[in-house]
Amino acid sequence: MADIALAPRSAKTQIREATTWDQLKHNRNWLGFWFMLPAMAFLIFFLAYPLGLGIWLSFTDTRIGRIGQFIGTENYEWLWDDSIFWLSVFNTLLYTFIASAFKFAIGLYLALLLNENMPFKAMLRAMVLIPFIVPTVLSALAFWWIFDSQFSIISWSLKHLGLITQNINFLGDTTWARICVIFANIWRGVPFVAITLLAGLQTVQPSLYEAATLDGATRWQMFRHITYPLLTPIIAVVMTFSVLFTFTDFQLIWAMTRGGPVNATHLMATLSYQRAIIAGQLGEGAAISSAMIPFLLAAIMVSWFGLQRRKWQQGENND
Amino acid sequence: MHDFTRRSLLQGGTALAATGALTGPALFDFAKAWAQTAPWKAESGAKLTVMRWKRFVPAEDDAFNAMVAAFKAATGTEMNVFSESFEDVQPKASVAANTGSGLDLAWGLHTLPQLFPTKVLKMNDVADYLGKKYGGWTEAAAKTCKHGDDWLGIPVATIGGYFTYRKSATDKAGFKEFPKDFPSFLEMCKALKANNTPAGMALGHATGDANGWLHWILWGHGAYTVDKDDKVIINSPETAKALDYCKALSDTFISGVASWNDSSNNKAFLAGDLYCTINGISIYVAAKDDPTKKDLAEDTYHALMPVGPVGKPTELQLAVPILAFNFTKYPNAAKAFIAFMLEKENFEKWLSGARGYLTHTLNAYDSAPVWTADPKNAVFAQASKRALPASGIGTPGEKAATAIADFIVVDMFANYCTGSKDAKSAMADAERQLKRIYR
Repeated sequence: MADIALAPRSAKTQIREATTWDQLKHNRNWLGFWFMLPAMAFLIFFLAYPLGLGIWLSFTDTRIGRIGQFIGTENYEWLWDDSIFWLSVFNTLLYTFIASAFKFAIGLYLALLLNENMPFKAMLRAMVLIPFIVPTVLSALAFWWIFDSQFSIISWSLKHLGLITQNINFLGDTTWARICVIFANIWRGVPFVAITLLAGLQTVQPSLYEAATLDGATRWQMFRHITYPLLTPIIAVVMTFSVLFTFTDFQLIWAMTRGGPVNATHLMATLSYQRAIIAGQLGEGAAISSAMIPFLLAAIMVSWFGLQRRKWQQGENND
Repeated sequence: MHDFTRRSLLQGGTALAATGALTGPALFDFAKAWAQTAPWKAESGAKLTVMRWKRFVPAEDDAFNAMVAAFKAATGTEMNVFSESFEDVQPKASVAANTGSGLDLAWGLHTLPQLFPTKVLKMNDVADYLGKKYGGWTEAAAKTCKHGDDWLGIPVATIGGYFTYRKSATDKAGFKEFPKDFPSFLEMCKALKANNTPAGMALGHATGDANGWLHWILWGHGAYTVDKDDKVIINSPETAKALDYCKALSDTFISGVASWNDSSNNKAFLAGDLYCTINGISIYVAAKDDPTKKDLAEDTYHALMPVGPVGKPTELQLAVPILAFNFTKYPNAAKAFIAFMLEKENFEKWLSGARGYLTHTLNAYDSAPVWTADPKNAVFAQASKRALPASGIGTPGEKAATAIADFIVVDMFANYCTGSKDAKSAMADAERQLKRIYR
């Protein structure tokens, strides 16, 4: 305060031109940008950069420990007529499609069941989550033992019941192996779908059901015309995630079969890992990973535009 | 727990006390005397970071660490040893080679030094010194490490894989002596199956086991992935014969081999379901150590792999060479350490610790006590002599290592043996994959 009092009155502070820096500091639009910056930096460093790097690697002949040369689309050309690669694409699609369909059906069924009033409701709901909280590698190892060619508990039990005489060749037969890994994936993925859909079910207003009951609607009609339409947005989200997780699955396969027998369970993710890390050809592995992007984008598009086209999501009335 | 305390003691700088307790003062006296006269004098204040593969036999690791501690005490070299699983050794060594830092020595698998020939310290003097002193190197071991006339690393040992079988079963099958050629081996496997005491070898993605025995079958028929100029020659009549032989063989196997990984045959054999397989000595060692498996251990024998139509042994054995990087600040300490490891006073004890899991590559160690300590160990003494390099007749190096890691040969055989593909397309597929790697 003393300083101001002592300063000569005549020396009025000049009003200076606002510099660009001042504008950046005080302009509200720029302020928004500043607040966004940390999030943007995070996304660029941890999402965009690795993705870009992966795509770049796929156009080089990089090996582990050696910087590669740009080789254009050579990696993709080699993949184009690589039967193992196409087998892995087929496996991935089969795996994703079947597992997701089952996960949806079982998950929805469980959600509807758990939404009913029943004794020990909280405990039952918690129990459903168990497959989801067990670390994937642990459950994969458990399944690996369950489906072991010599020590399978299933084969053992059936043999002791006298139903079969030979061990079932669970992971050594191509069809069986596919069934086994898909089963394990479903077992692991159902809780996620069930609990998320259950959360969705709880947001449906009971008054709608009351009104429907008064109108004489059957249980099926209530599901078809109240529950299902109100649940679609959450179904879209949960199935998008479920498809993405299934499509990019790695741990289950790697722990159970390593892509065998004869590559029948090799997914694009496991093949990419085998070629990039185990065999050291980072460029080629990156090309396989990058080849997953179009499929993943397509999956997202389908659920976004196919299932979520309702206007009320943009804040307007339902059509 | 024992493992943990010992290692932390070593790292905590009380190695003297720890090793004193482990091996007694004899090793130290030897180490001190050796350091005085050795051709390589460790630089003063030298520090070495050593990466090795993770041991399978605890006693082998103990013997190795005792050597490390003795070397440290005798030369004053600071030693930092850490281990990585089989799969991680090569990537980590490659990264060190590329960045020029992090490691001084790497003890890895197969043809590791060939992956970066310009980044390693030439070991010609060490190889000459040891070779002259201990009766020369075996051929496959030398090929694994040599680039022209230069030694890129030192082939410390080989991890051998041989037939492990139940004598009672092969006797009953009518083979008092283990077969020495392919046709009689097939006959024996048929008889074993008929007696419900089947043989079995992995046809799944088992890095060590499946690659091992399938390359033996392939090479035994005179078929190779590439020729000496690295031209892809897998699509050949010899390969077709190998496929047919392998199919006939796999028809006699226990069910499920297509799903097997490296541990499956160990488990099945120890459980008494499997009567004949190819493996490292670990099955026998495990049986010997388990008091409840006394009968099984007594009934378990080892045999050399039968020789194929080509008339000479064609085994793929796992070489474990060590290399020093040329960016190490202490090249003399690195060389001294490698030479020190392979001196008789150390190496024989180390071999004994490994209980047959490691096989020497220096001819003089044919007489090492481990091979006579248990007569059933003797077969494994030959692993370094009967092996071809992992590349077959081609150039040992990166591409050969990739082909093995990518299961090209394994998939070819598995495709045909499980009936997924006919011989022609199985071979064409492998050819296509090999061309991708050898382009």
